[in-house]
Amino acid sequence: MRGLAPLSSPSMTERDPLEPTDEMSRALLAVATVRDRAAFARLFAHFAPRVKSYMLKLGAPPQRAKDLAQDTMLAVWRKAELFDPAKAEAATWVFTIARNLRIDALRRERHPEVSDDALAEHEDDRPRADALLDGAQRAKRLRGALSDLTPEQAQVVHLSFFADLAHPVIAERLNLPLGTVKSRLRLAMGKIRKALGDEP
Amino acid sequence: MTGACKTGHHPKHHPSDALLVGYGAGSLGEGLSLALALHLASCPECRAALADIDAVGGALLEALPPEPLERLTLADTLACLDAARPERRPPSRHFVPPGESRTPSLLRPYVGSLAAAPWQRLAPGVRRVELLPRTPRGGSAQLLRIAPGTALPHHGHGGLELTVVLSGSFTDELGRYVAGDVAEADDEVRHQPIADGHEECLCLIATDAPLRFTGLMGRLMQPFIGL
Ligand SMILES: [Zn+2]
Repeated sequence: MRGLAPLSSPSMTERDPLEPTDEMSRALLAVATVRDRAAFARLFAHFAPRVKSYMLKLGAPPQRAKDLAQDTMLAVWRKAELFDPAKAEAATWVFTIARNLRIDALRRERHPEVSDDALAEHEDDRPRADALLDGAQRAKRLRGALSDLTPEQAQVVHLSFFADLAHPVIAERLNLPLGTVKSRLRLAMGKIRKALGDEP
Repeated sequence: MTGACKTGHHPKHHPSDALLVGYGAGSLGEGLSLALALHLASCPECRAALADIDAVGGALLEALPPEPLERLTLADTLACLDAARPERRPPSRHFVPPGESRTPSLLRPYVGSLAAAPWQRLAPGVRRVELLPRTPRGGSAQLLRIAPGTALPHHGHGGLELTVVLSGSFTDELGRYVAGDVAEADDEVRHQPIADGHEECLCLIATDAPLRFTGLMGRLMQPFIGL
């Protein structure tokens, strides 16, 4: 892979277990380490049209959606060094950037987040139980779990991510008690955690 | 004030999955999100749950039908790259100015330092400072300091109200809440919180309610604004 900085892998035959397996994560690392423009172009081709789609779904007019997709990709370029492949897939990381830009641009609000600084205020931090699960394996299991959701569970998950509505409003739209919406989300997340081996 | 940070202590009262999904999806208002972030800062369990929710967001994003962008857009973006200054990973421990060390960093954008915040007396033994005036979506967030032994009036809730304890503790009919714990109250809950420790209870109260005074804040405000 062009531009991938040597991540101190002593032998070419043995793959470093911490080296990301998916192409987008490798591209992100290439941007982070050597500002690789070809890698950025690959990230752009993959993510920009999907981020535009996300913005449109959440109510941005087409021109705005295009601008926000572009802003998201610029932020990807600027923040690439903060991407940690051991913590998240590339898609997850890009999603959180797009989400925060959307809240800021379309809702004029902030999304308060726990920064590494805030975590440093807390001394006790358990390592992730799934840290040992290979990234590609995690991605595959997650997609499997998502396709195993019942249509009712998938519906409330999709509405949560793409409708920008509070759960009571979702309940009203679906003509369901709020408790039903909440229990469907609980069951959906239970399935996902189980698939990822995060069930406590 | 950062009692949530005491070593070895993890919160026992957690937000529901629905709230965590709302936070990760970005569908909660800013006030509720701030309450969730304060809990997440002291709860490794919920941080792990949130990482899974963010991953769901990533997977859903990847599954969206790509919307074509004009060919120029990549060229435009590439032309901007040199002007875009890369962000560096911040040093893991940053310098905290003296006197600010007791203010959780999540609150600093809203109050600066807790000690210097404009606390108002709301009722005997209760002081408050508004962090987030009502947003267009009707959310709000405030900090309350409740003197030990003070009981708040019995009250119900018009919308969703989240209380996160930052230091001290309170007890109501549903349990005892200490630093990091979240109490989630909605229409069905009527409760009477009492600051039960020997120290003052500092908590953040956030709502995502429609534009009317409801819940704990509403009851406290009534005598003052003549509702
Ligand atoms: Zn928790």
